Amino acid sequence: MATTNSRTLARFMLLPSVILLLAWMIVPLCMTLYFSFIDYNLLVPGDKEFVGFLNYEFFLTDPAFFESFFNTLYLVTGVLLITICGGIGLAILLDQAIWGRNYVRIMVLAPFFVMPTVSALVWKNMLMNPVNGLFAHFAIWLGFEPIDFFAQMPLFSIIIIVSWQWLPFAALILLTAIQSLDREQLEAADLDGAGPFSKFFYIVLPHLSRAITAVILIETIFLLSIFAEILVTTSGGPGYSSTNITYLIYTQSLLQFDVGGGSAGGIVAVIIANIVAIFLMRLIGKNLEG
Amino acid sequence: MKNKLIMLACGFISMGAAAKETITIATVNNGDMITMKELSSDFTSQNPDIDLKWVTLEENILRQRVTTDVATKGGQYDVMTIGTYEVPIWGKQNWLKELDNLGENYDLDDLIPAIRSGLTINDKLYAAPFYGESSMVMYRTDLMEKAGLTMPKAPTWDFIRKAAKAMTDKKEGVYGLCLRGKAGWGENVALITSMANSFGARWFDENWKPQFNTPEWENTLQYYVDVMKESGPAGSSANGFNENLALFQTGKCGIWIDATVAGAFVTNKKDSEVADKVGFALAPDNGLGKRGNWLWSWTLAVPASSKKPDAAMKFISWATSKEYTQLVADKKGWAKVPPGTRKSLYSNQKYMDAAPFAQITLDSIQSADPKNPTVKPVPYVGIQFVAIPEFQGIGTAVGQQFSAALTGQMTVKQALSTSQHLVERTMRKARYPK
Amino acid sequence: MTIKDSRRSKLIYTIAAWTISGMIFFPILWTLITSFKTEAEAISASPSLYAFDWTLENYRDVLSRSPYFNHFWNSVVISLGSSLLGLLIAVPAAWSMAFVQTKKTKHLLMWMLSTKMLPPVGVLIPIYLLFRDFALLDTKLGLVIVMTLINLPIMVWMLYTYFREIPNEILEASRMDGATIGEEIFHVLLPIALPGIASTLLLNVILSWNEAFWTLILTAANAAPLTAFIASYSSPEGLFYAKLSAASAMAIVPILILGWFSQKQLVRGLSFGAVK
Repeated sequence: MATTNSRTLARFMLLPSVILLLAWMIVPLCMTLYFSFIDYNLLVPGDKEFVGFLNYEFFLTDPAFFESFFNTLYLVTGVLLITICGGIGLAILLDQAIWGRNYVRIMVLAPFFVMPTVSALVWKNMLMNPVNGLFAHFAIWLGFEPIDFFAQMPLFSIIIIVSWQWLPFAALILLTAIQSLDREQLEAADLDGAGPFSKFFYIVLPHLSRAITAVILIETIFLLSIFAEILVTTSGGPGYSSTNITYLIYTQSLLQFDVGGGSAGGIVAVIIANIVAIFLMRLIGKNLEG
Repeated sequence: MKNKLIMLACGFISMGAAAKETITIATVNNGDMITMKELSSDFTSQNPDIDLKWVTLEENILRQRVTTDVATKGGQYDVMTIGTYEVPIWGKQNWLKELDNLGENYDLDDLIPAIRSGLTINDKLYAAPFYGESSMVMYRTDLMEKAGLTMPKAPTWDFIRKAAKAMTDKKEGVYGLCLRGKAGWGENVALITSMANSFGARWFDENWKPQFNTPEWENTLQYYVDVMKESGPAGSSANGFNENLALFQTGKCGIWIDATVAGAFVTNKKDSEVADKVGFALAPDNGLGKRGNWLWSWTLAVPASSKKPDAAMKFISWATSKEYTQLVADKKGWAKVPPGTRKSLYSNQKYMDAAPFAQITLDSIQSADPKNPTVKPVPYVGIQFVAIPEFQGIGTAVGQQFSAALTGQMTVKQALSTSQHLVERTMRKARYPK
Repeated sequence: MTIKDSRRSKLIYTIAAWTISGMIFFPILWTLITSFKTEAEAISASPSLYAFDWTLENYRDVLSRSPYFNHFWNSVVISLGSSLLGLLIAVPAAWSMAFVQTKKTKHLLMWMLSTKMLPPVGVLIPIYLLFRDFALLDTKLGLVIVMTLINLPIMVWMLYTYFREIPNEILEASRMDGATIGEEIFHVLLPIALPGIASTLLLNVILSWNEAFWTLILTAANAAPLTAFIASYSSPEGLFYAKLSAASAMAIVPILILGWFSQKQLVRGLSFGAVK
């Protein structure tokens, strides 16, 4: 085991990261906390009075708050479901002996490299647009009424776009995990006469559990702050049907320039994120270690 | 570190070269601004000691960036492109430099009064108009003829509804009426608020009480929702100015009510398939004495945090001058000249010949009255907006309710009562009446 | 299983894989194709994959409208700079977490990850004010710092999980031979962990390249990367599908090519400790 000496050294080597992240977190957080208790609109200079919990009261009683809270949950779980199920399927497929595997892999991987703004613009204008979009042309060609994606199913459309971006990531990690699966185990199961389903549920899926955990954790972190895709496509509407918490804070901070209200929202979002994090840890924390 | 060294080095070099000044210009990605950027070599050759750096952005992102910068005195920009909404608010807070140095030949009195007064606070000009616009009716003359109707010069909303219905042929992909539906204070709210004015509705009464629970608003929104259901294209709730422009240019709209600047785009043969089949008319009314046309101008202003105000004003003077108009006419043709800012442009026969929409544009702009936008008196200034800092936020939130009403997720009544509720909240938080 | 059977199943799997991956790739392919069309063809009601007049006009337009290469260079400097700086800070941290574990290690790691959950808009104004006061607005240095901090938790975690898979005995053996900690890290750990480090670097280049909030809000004319370039095309006037496609292609193709060449590397290292 390590000596006391190397232990001290280890602490020392941790310091830069910890200090930097601490500063990155604490300084803005303290400022945000402070702003959240004062009446501060960027467009109305003047006295910044202390207003107690007024900003929090307004944020939490905002008619948009509950809807956006649930939208955030739907968005995260929806994307997680699609990317993990799709990712497992893709991983199994890519694990098979196929011709041109490298080309297939790069094609699957490609969406992950695309900027969120670009992918939202492309999906919105060129694919999902109900008049000039490709899906509309296709629907008309088949004799159907084109779907007006962002009016009829705004949140689901955004889930589709975001899933498209994150599917490669999930598939990639799951593929790496599948490739480390012990082949002999599968062959033994074959000899025992196990069908493909029982092989999948009793051997493959348990083996993937750690990878799935990692995917859930990383994706959740990014999905909680999804924002560009919403801004580009639906601007949170119609009504609030595609507004998530991050977008709601955005409207407070960058449309109303209500720094006080936006800060209160930011603090609420941090609390929500931490609850989600604790929940995740409880649920899957065991899986991560070991 | 290395970065700083480079900056330092650059500093020395530029000092060496006869104190060359660099000004940073933030502008919106509209066609007229792109032309300005293209032609700016004319300015730099006249002023070899000034270098220009450009930041071109989509409207919403531009607005966020310049507002953040001006309010925190970040000093990143020397010239900002802002709208008539921002100028009075920013000017009042001394965030803008007075444009007192535009040169002797600038001819301030040539600016159209309706536009100029919106940019003037206490007799001081805080921004120079780059182009000005109102809104008008654009329609397809061929489809109108096919429907057996004639568009009057000043139509009513009833006529628009009738004509739109007659022109609609959904099987052929022709929709009678294209209106903005995308949520946003500068998108559907601009259109619907202007419409509402002609229906006699207003945002606030004299005591800053929100008025969405009035029958006037219900009539407005009901009309909008109904007419779009009858004759609007699919996906209306995502259509803003650009989307509708694309639809109209490809022959998919019968009538389009939108900004007068669109006149130049829809009659431009290169981009528009219907260039020679477009007619123009004044924005509709409802017999109450107000027409549903707005007033907007994109202007250039110098933030108070700029360290190079003289160079910045020199540039603004160039970009909004008569000479610039002539320059664009020489290089791009008269139809592409930025419209709606100077009276002299409308007495120029060459322009009037090249731009069939010019007279309507001038009439619309001159008839707009931001101080008395609607039938009843209001405590605010602005036709399609309310010039208070809170408006961007509430405007967009209300716009989302309107677009929910358009898609049928909410009834008109629900949308209006939600709007009423959330505007009341914001006004309470901001402690109106002030 | 006979050879014939396995050939047939290979064929079926191949067809399935190509169909599905083709569908996933299609939006990108479509963007690339549209970027060579004229605006009229781009929105034509009977779109075609290849039968149109290929034109480079959109690219010419886009290039004449904005200083693409400046933006491109800024993107390169910011994403690469922040990833390298991040590695410099993250490698020692990950080393000490992986090889000198304490009870707090896991909590520390989780805390680091939780800093990423802070919604950026919520802290926009504080950061903007700080940047103004330190004269970091619109500098590449400023963005390098922000990108490094944003991605540091992910880097530490990736490296940590990778390092943990390295048997401790190897390091102990070198320690027995009297190697110092520095030598241990540079001569023993790094060579073994190179795939993991490389893929950490790659992932972070990708993440910073695509970050579109801070890069937009904190820059003006000098340090704006490709995300700002795209923001000037997001809704220009009139028909814009083809120009938008060309601009999109120019923003994503460099990183796609990088991904193409490094995909094997990325696949090998991107396990997040999932392989056991």
